[in-house]
Amino acid sequence: MDRRTTIKWVLTASAAWPLGGNAQTHSAHADSARVESAPAAMPAAQGYGTDPTLTRNYAPGELWPLTLTAAQRRLAGILADIIIPADDRSPSASAVGVVEFIDEWVSAPYPANSRDRGIVLGGFAWLDAEAARRFGKKFSDLDTAGQHGICDDICDESRATVPRRTAARFFSRYRDLTAGGFYSTPAGRKDLNYIGNVPRAGNDGPPAALLKALGLE
Amino acid sequence: MPFVTADSQQSSYDVIVVGSGAAGGQSAYTLCMDGAKVLMLEAGRKYAPEAETPMFQTPDLAPLRAEGTPDKPFGFYDATVNGGWSVPGEPYVRASEDDAGRFDWWRARMLGGRTNHWGRISLRNGPYDFKPHTRDGLGFDWPIGYEDLAPYYDKVELLIGVYGSNEGLENTPNSPPGCLLPPPKPLVSDLLIAQRAKRLGVPVIPGHRAVLTQPLDFRGSPARLHPGNATAQRILAEDMRNRSACLWATSCGRGCAVRANYQSTTVHLPPALTTGNLDITTDAMVYEVTVGRDGRANGVSFVDRTSGKQRHAAARVVILAASALESVRILLNSKNARFPNGLANSSGKVGRYLMDTVGSALSGQIPLLESLPPLNEDAADGVQMYVPWWLYQEQRAGKLKFARGYHIEFGGGRRMPGFGTAAGMEWLTGGSYGAKFKQDARRYYGSFVGFAGRGEMIPNDRSFCEIDPKVKDKWGIPVLRIHWQWSEHELRQAAHMQKTFADIIGAMGGKLRDPAKTDGAKAIAHGGSIIHEVGGAIMGSDRAASVTNSWCQTWDVDNLFVTDGAVFASNADKNPTLTIMALAWRAADHILERMRRKEI
Repeated sequence: MDRRTTIKWVLTASAAWPLGGNAQTHSAHADSARVESAPAAMPAAQGYGTDPTLTRNYAPGELWPLTLTAAQRRLAGILADIIIPADDRSPSASAVGVVEFIDEWVSAPYPANSRDRGIVLGGFAWLDAEAARRFGKKFSDLDTAGQHGICDDICDESRATVPRRTAARFFSRYRDLTAGGFYSTPAGRKDLNYIGNVPRAGNDGPPAALLKALGLE
Repeated sequence: MPFVTADSQQSSYDVIVVGSGAAGGQSAYTLCMDGAKVLMLEAGRKYAPEAETPMFQTPDLAPLRAEGTPDKPFGFYDATVNGGWSVPGEPYVRASEDDAGRFDWWRARMLGGRTNHWGRISLRNGPYDFKPHTRDGLGFDWPIGYEDLAPYYDKVELLIGVYGSNEGLENTPNSPPGCLLPPPKPLVSDLLIAQRAKRLGVPVIPGHRAVLTQPLDFRGSPARLHPGNATAQRILAEDMRNRSACLWATSCGRGCAVRANYQSTTVHLPPALTTGNLDITTDAMVYEVTVGRDGRANGVSFVDRTSGKQRHAAARVVILAASALESVRILLNSKNARFPNGLANSSGKVGRYLMDTVGSALSGQIPLLESLPPLNEDAADGVQMYVPWWLYQEQRAGKLKFARGYHIEFGGGRRMPGFGTAAGMEWLTGGSYGAKFKQDARRYYGSFVGFAGRGEMIPNDRSFCEIDPKVKDKWGIPVLRIHWQWSEHELRQAAHMQKTFADIIGAMGGKLRDPAKTDGAKAIAHGGSIIHEVGGAIMGSDRAASVTNSWCQTWDVDNLFVTDGAVFASNADKNPTLTIMALAWRAADHILERMRRKEI
């Protein structure tokens, strides 16, 4: 590629992903798969092939069946909204289709998705087990304080205790999936003040006042 | 009837061109504009960028938010059709599976080939780049010099449209007046990189890319390109008028429906078809150049992929422009009693001296770029500016432990958010979630910059390909087995890239998530992964040590030419595509002259 191509990888914050820019071919998370104890079986399905039509819209569930159960989808939405709740600038993750996206993602017939399926379903099971251990309930039925109490233990792998490392890796991946699902929507783009992807007659470059403020005149 | 099937081809042509990318497109363009009757054979399907390009589609409209999969490794919206690191039913064999010997091969099975998605970076080789052996005793000199190719660089730049500037730097040639389009305005991050790199003595200048920052000069350029040929001038002028300037939005890697960048399908093929001199057959997988009793090429055999049948097409001249490795594969598979080791291989050099570009990358987070106001930074889709190799004097003085240079491509900015925009930020956020995570995403969006080195690899005896004795593709055609090894020059160069990137990021007040790699073997990208593979049928002045002469004409078969990257005798840090086109135009001019003289 030069890409070699245009350097698509620089557009991501994920500094460890090497050239090629896509997690599916050059995984930085390959070791996560090994630590998952409960890889879930993948349903048989076809991908979109090497020559899909690029100019039409696709919806989750259209190309391969969605596979999360109702309980899993409920948990998926609760956790996505813990990570990206509504605020005065944008709606919550679940309000813009992130649950459907995550279901599409973990149901997809590709190796990286299969790996994430194991991580996500294993993480969901861990959350329920942890909630049962601490509160005698499912994670989805906990109050906000209980849910946050569990998330606080696993939201940063570098601070997680050794028995929670696997759960912390799950949380990290789930946060990436939630953010990926959210910021790629119109609401997410607006939240970040992205104003491009419109045809323009010219390219004026950054305003002089901004360059002056940054010492770049 | 420009698009023809195997059944509707003419009984014979002046020239068969195998491949439709940068080399095939340029070869056919030059030949057809001057009246030669050409048949182009493309292994992939017909492709129409005007209708098929997803210009403004956003990731939420695609499967999996448009992230890459094995079916579409560079993302759903990447222009590549039926290609990627693997092509179903068309394997290749790696002689080694360990990292150091790994070679990855990107292919596309579509009209226009890889020109539909490429990065459009269009740098001229400099004078040093044609005489590397003379300068440092390593590798091979080309049988031509910069002065031989310079007029063709001029022509290609005028034809396809390349933005850039003339800076007069060492071994970084200027273009004559009127050749280059003005460079795009830099991004904030470009200007910050330029300011801080300069403090380290690292020059930052406008990049060169095949993107129309303004409309082409349809009044002046056709006469410069086709003097004395009124028909060609008229056709080209009309075609140039129909190419739009850049819309300053969307990724060039998707292709361009308004023809604002170069891809063979939007620039070379339309005027060539308008001449009426070009027939194109797609889904035609060439596997052999056929040879008559006189030892001269008389056509090619191909598999019609729509029927699976083997077919033949005839011509006075055959041009292989199928990409370096595919052209080599065809030569090696063209065995017969007279050419038992493959065609044009009396030197034994077919398949030898494969090269790619040395690649290494590092990115950083720049606090100065946090929380910028709303800016439309879609710009020209990258490489508004770059760093040409700048340490020629130090290298000459023996102060570096590697012999050849690299340039630096970089990028940043408030680009369209996508799957990775707010991913992997724990190292900055401490693992925030909830309201704090949303604030962090806003703060850090647009504050990342990435650097990618692109360096010269020296040809060596351990990087080559041959026909695998066992494996065949689904058409029954024997496939390539590829051997790969870097030398210490490349590994040390990759480590030097990492240090340079870290120094620049440091000078910007930036932070690294992972430290720069000091071990070149860990810093270097796999062979082939930069998709600049060249060599395998190198040109030279000695027929015992090369496959073609300076005209891309094979030494052994005088009406057989190779005009793609296979003929590169070295692989300068400059991206190869512009040089491929310049060589193809020069070879086609030579073929036309020889045909006029009835010599071929």
